[in-house]
Amino acid sequence: MIALDEDRIMLRDSAREFLADKSPVSELRRLRDTKDKDGFSRDLWRGMKDMGWTGILIDEANGGSDFGHVGMALVCEEMGRTLSASPFLSTAVMAATAIRRGGSEEQKKKWLPAISDAKAIIALAVDEGRKHSPEKTALKAEMSGNAFKLNGEKSFVIDGHVADAIIVAARTEGEPGDKNGISLFLVDAKAPGISIERIISVDSRNNARIKFENVNAVDALGETGKGFGLLENALNAGRAGVSAELLGVAGESFDRTVAFLKERKQFGKPIGAFQALQHRAAHLFGEIELLRSLVLSACVTLDKSPDAAGSAVSAAKYKACEVGKLAVSEAVQMFGGMGMTDEVDIGLFMKRARVTQELLGDAYFHADRYAQSQKF
Amino acid sequence: MSLDTFRRETREWLAQNCPPGMRKPSRGEPDICWGGRNWQFHSEDQKIWLERMAARGWTVPMWPKEYGGGGLSREEEKILREEMRAIGARSPLESFGIWMLGPALLQFGSEAQKKEHLPKIARGEIRWCQGYSEPGAGSDLASLQTKAEDKGDHFNVNGQKIWTSYADKADWIFCLVRTDPSAPKHKGISFVLFDMTTPGVSTKPILLISGKSPFCETFFDNVKVPKENLVGTLNDGWTIAKYLLTHERASIGSGLSLAGMRSLPAEAIKAFGRDTNGRLDNPFVREEVIRAEIDGRALLATIERYKAEAKAGQGVGAKSAILKYAGTELNKRRYEAFMTIGGSDALEWESARSDEGTLAREWLRTKANSIEGGTSEIMLGIVAKRILNLPET
Repeated sequence: MIALDEDRIMLRDSAREFLADKSPVSELRRLRDTKDKDGFSRDLWRGMKDMGWTGILIDEANGGSDFGHVGMALVCEEMGRTLSASPFLSTAVMAATAIRRGGSEEQKKKWLPAISDAKAIIALAVDEGRKHSPEKTALKAEMSGNAFKLNGEKSFVIDGHVADAIIVAARTEGEPGDKNGISLFLVDAKAPGISIERIISVDSRNNARIKFENVNAVDALGETGKGFGLLENALNAGRAGVSAELLGVAGESFDRTVAFLKERKQFGKPIGAFQALQHRAAHLFGEIELLRSLVLSACVTLDKSPDAAGSAVSAAKYKACEVGKLAVSEAVQMFGGMGMTDEVDIGLFMKRARVTQELLGDAYFHADRYAQSQKF
Repeated sequence: MSLDTFRRETREWLAQNCPPGMRKPSRGEPDICWGGRNWQFHSEDQKIWLERMAARGWTVPMWPKEYGGGGLSREEEKILREEMRAIGARSPLESFGIWMLGPALLQFGSEAQKKEHLPKIARGEIRWCQGYSEPGAGSDLASLQTKAEDKGDHFNVNGQKIWTSYADKADWIFCLVRTDPSAPKHKGISFVLFDMTTPGVSTKPILLISGKSPFCETFFDNVKVPKENLVGTLNDGWTIAKYLLTHERASIGSGLSLAGMRSLPAEAIKAFGRDTNGRLDNPFVREEVIRAEIDGRALLATIERYKAEAKAGQGVGAKSAILKYAGTELNKRRYEAFMTIGGSDALEWESARSDEGTLAREWLRTKANSIEGGTSEIMLGIVAKRILNLPET
């Protein structure tokens, strides 16, 4: 385990400053209230490029800054604190990982500099039913002539409505439930046969339901039929990022709650003087500390041995879901009636926590996966 | 010496010097070597192991050599621990002297006190106990009433301590006493050392629900304590007490989690078996166990992180309260799970099959974890006040 070194502390502090300036929580309100067509600001995304974040997991030869997963998580945590909407997770974390790890030289040359340069948004389409379960992938890819034809439906595709390209997990062999027989394809989001429905979710952010009808797929990412490992690499990077975001959501709601406990007076004193609330706050602080260690440990493992990071990542995501849920529930309760109003930001944190708990596997999914990794 | 050389030499030395009997998994309490004047070694191997390790200063690897320590750096000490673990070597000596008094003396003791007491701790010659709690001073420790009156060349100590671990087996005590009854409660306390064979000291073991008596009531009736046995400044003993409590909390938290002698998943598989998919054949127990496993992993990662942060100068002392709170609450959860998994076997109290009710006794013992060394509620109070800066209740 590590303590953050100077470079990383600087990265975190500059992220905090940048996001507080360019994308405070009020920015999410603006996107929501103006019914923004993208659901995020393209100016902000270009700003993130200038900060080196779009290429945070991309090697320098392909225009990236290559800060690694620990750096990626620090940025995600800060994004959780400000509820910043951007294609960071879909594009800079998951798509970048899939292409860097599984792409041919040609695919890397085509896409990685484009991601680093904020010129391409790429979504990862995995889920099909209402719950995350990559090995149950059923969307069919059948060889027809010299191309595969994709048929099926994807759901909960983050940034699907603004994507230039989509990485699709499809089944080329076997049955849903088999890890073998899954392949990844890169397809143009505007290819004939693709229909995208934008979904605005409870947190005012976006995902998409996407239908594939006889969509031509010629651009396989990695070996066909053996894409599960690569998919897991991309998903694990994403899960670590979401865990870090939840850490930020939990940490920010907690800080705001503690400030409120010191300020709000009842019975002639600040409510933070009541032991009933002090102990709950202290317990929550401890839980957030434990979560922070698991997120850091998962990212250190991802940097060192990404193929063996599954259990560390699942431990982090499991705990992130549990602690995130506790933090926002306690926050709304301690804010009292004000916590229920749209005017106070705390409810926005609760909404984002709900979505990020579900995203890329909930607590139960990851507890089960952790158990399996221990042969239990 | 380079770390690689140190590792190689350590490995060779351990291979030649750690007796076979000291390379078997420890069963915990019955296999611990506590040392002291009246210590009866459990085996010749235990005796040899202590002597050999003490000769190198490796019972206290990081203490300075002049006080009987090994003078190792943090990195070397880590290597020693790793190499010991690699051959399953037991710890040669455990004691309150090593965990508590030694670090306090190194920080606050006079040169004469260090020279007198530290080598005897390192060699396992003197066994120490800790005189903190009193019948009327538990969570509110600073209200302690044991009096030490100034009699010129000595203090005259009168009063009673409780929950004194192994007072009946200890040779010396480090003790908090009130030296200024008129000062505010935190300002009139001093930290003194004395021999348990001094006239006027008596102990009485307390029988616990586990059927064991690790704790005593300790009575002081006109006990003469020489002035040179005062550690630090008169009336400023609370500073040392706080330092030690922080230390104790960190070690209780980390000690528990590392004492992973029993594996919850392995025990659960024995009890319930696996379903056709290889999962534990009881989804509810499986969830309970895996949650505890992940929380254990989180605790270990947090201990490691705090160590790394302390080394990098980013540490926060009050955070040891989090380790103590999380570690002890988790340990209780784990033992509740062990009892469930153990079923009726785990209920046996007096049988050879259960090794005289070891599990049930351990389970009961864990209930003290969140009371001793500061209750969970006190820990939460410390976090609320010192870290979150919430207002006084």
